[in-house]
Amino acid sequence: MKIWVPMDSAAKALGADEVAEAIRAEAEKRGVEVEIARNGTRGMIWLEPLVEVETEAGRMAFGPMSPADVPALFEETHPKALGLTEELDWMKRQTRLTFARCGVTDPLSLAEYEANGGLAGLRRALTMSGEEITDEVKLSGLRGRGGAGFPTGIKWDTVRMAHADRKYIVCNADEGDSGTFADRMIIEGDPFCLIEGMAIAGIGVGATMGYVYLRSEYPDAIAVLSRAIEIARDAGVLGTDVLGSGKAYDMEVRVGAGAYVCGEETSLLNSLEGKRGVVRAKPPLPALEGAFGKPTVVNNVISLATVPVIFEKGAEHYANFGLGRSKGTIPLQIAGNVRHGGLFETAFGMKLGAIVEDLGGGTASGRAVKAVQVGGPLGAYLSPDQFDTPFGYEEFDGQGALIGHAGLVVFDDSADMLGMARFAMEFCAVESCGKCTPCRIGAVRGVETLDRIAAGDAAAIPLLTDLCETMQDGSLCALGGFTPYPVMSALRLFPEEFGAVKEAAE
Amino acid sequence: MRHSNPTPDEVRALIDAELHREGPLLPILHAIQHTYDHVPEMALPLIAEALNLTRAEVHGVMSFYHDFRKAPTGRHVVKICRAEACQSMGANALSQAVLDKLGLDWGGTTPDGSVTVEPVYCLGLCACAPAAMVDGKLIGRADAARLSAELEGAA
Repeated sequence: MKIWVPMDSAAKALGADEVAEAIRAEAEKRGVEVEIARNGTRGMIWLEPLVEVETEAGRMAFGPMSPADVPALFEETHPKALGLTEELDWMKRQTRLTFARCGVTDPLSLAEYEANGGLAGLRRALTMSGEEITDEVKLSGLRGRGGAGFPTGIKWDTVRMAHADRKYIVCNADEGDSGTFADRMIIEGDPFCLIEGMAIAGIGVGATMGYVYLRSEYPDAIAVLSRAIEIARDAGVLGTDVLGSGKAYDMEVRVGAGAYVCGEETSLLNSLEGKRGVVRAKPPLPALEGAFGKPTVVNNVISLATVPVIFEKGAEHYANFGLGRSKGTIPLQIAGNVRHGGLFETAFGMKLGAIVEDLGGGTASGRAVKAVQVGGPLGAYLSPDQFDTPFGYEEFDGQGALIGHAGLVVFDDSADMLGMARFAMEFCAVESCGKCTPCRIGAVRGVETLDRIAAGDAAAIPLLTDLCETMQDGSLCALGGFTPYPVMSALRLFPEEFGAVKEAAE
Repeated sequence: MRHSNPTPDEVRALIDAELHREGPLLPILHAIQHTYDHVPEMALPLIAEALNLTRAEVHGVMSFYHDFRKAPTGRHVVKICRAEACQSMGANALSQAVLDKLGLDWGGTTPDGSVTVEPVYCLGLCACAPAAMVDGKLIGRADAARLSAELEGAA
């Protein structure tokens, strides 16, 4: 009997380790031989800990499990039986390209990785020239999944054509945005996928070294990825002779230190170099002068982890999914006050309302949805009036919003939107690197101005609007530049909470 | 590991172990904090010397990052997420209840040195909010009773 119990952080936070221990103890008590395997999560966080029992028909799901539910696993029927995992509505409706293996395999088994399509992309890339590799990425239409949506292939090509004695691949795994956990989930659930993607990038642009800048708030991800890199190195996937090709590529995990701004690529590079995580002015582009002054590809985890499937199945296969210029799939992370929270990978184009109401099942509290913040602390709030917006880069831009890293945080009607706007400014003030004035001073003034508004001073509202314009236009990076998104969208959607309605009526 | 009185040689050994890396300063600070639960003042000139930096530069880097502490925490550390997804599920009330019960402000340590409460901005548990961490153990859908139970279990 083989039983899968996820080792994903979210599953563990909901008691997966205790359930695994209960299974071991119960099996021993009953004298049943049980192999307990640890996988990543399937992404159905509301069902975690989701235990799967292997049967001839396939893997049967049970959840959410507690230790008290374990004995019935050994009986004929179980009150928490969900049926075959693959047949669950949430699983069947997805297009899992990037997350195909996540939750399916043992994250640290290279053999299982290969048996499920892993390394096929890298093997193919090793037969291609650098130019063919970057062309393939361009053809796939892959755009940076970190938020900015810059075409990945063009970035790679810039690095490929740069002349230098050394180039780097840097993976931005500083996933600090609230509501996002796709990076953590794939690193914990399918770390070889990221390693393979980075190796393909390295081979493609001629970089021999890669760094994964991984936030310290993710200790499990750090441990899993560090171990996976050792395993990959021992197996010859990394090192001086990648899969016997004669080409070199190696990599290392670098742990962040709790600075949100280090998710911005230039401040990340400074941090990687051992400096204060202060934003650098561009140009020079990191593609030409990045880590340690050398040409550097800086990509988000999901961008890089999507590369293997593009090379395994072909760029056209990937580009066939999506909407307009938003090609391929996007891992939606549905979070906050929502009944069915989790990760759902699907082609671009799904309507926001369908994501929140249909997939998410509405709020966890059962109250009405008031607002959805999309794209992290720097993303705009959207109201149910905007639920017809299709999920795509341009479509969200048209709504004065952004998709960012595709995290959605749902709020019910008890949310205090003035309070959330104040929090956005406070967060920016705490996390500002201090280099540019609009962000460093503006965020502090923003908190003060919102406090004046909260105290009933409606005359401060035009001041807030003006301040937000200054921050948006004058900041050096997205921290100061995008903090106005949540602030202004809250003001625009819920003017009555800012005391502005009376004034507008007059 | 909790050594209260690091010797210069012990600290130098930690520094030396990271020197083979490119850009070793953050790994050095992490290694020292991992060992001593904080980065002692006496380590800064040793780091500066090893990396050919000024003490001011090392101080500047250390003080930039929220993770690095000048003094050790209490015996137990509770981290409560303050970010938006957790706020949507009542994190503000949760943290207020915990802080009030212990009579602390953010970052404070109880007078008996047993508990430190720190804010954290996102543990990646946004689909099972609110999230917290007690001595490295993650807790999803946290409430005040659960956090108290974990603390009692740890004590």
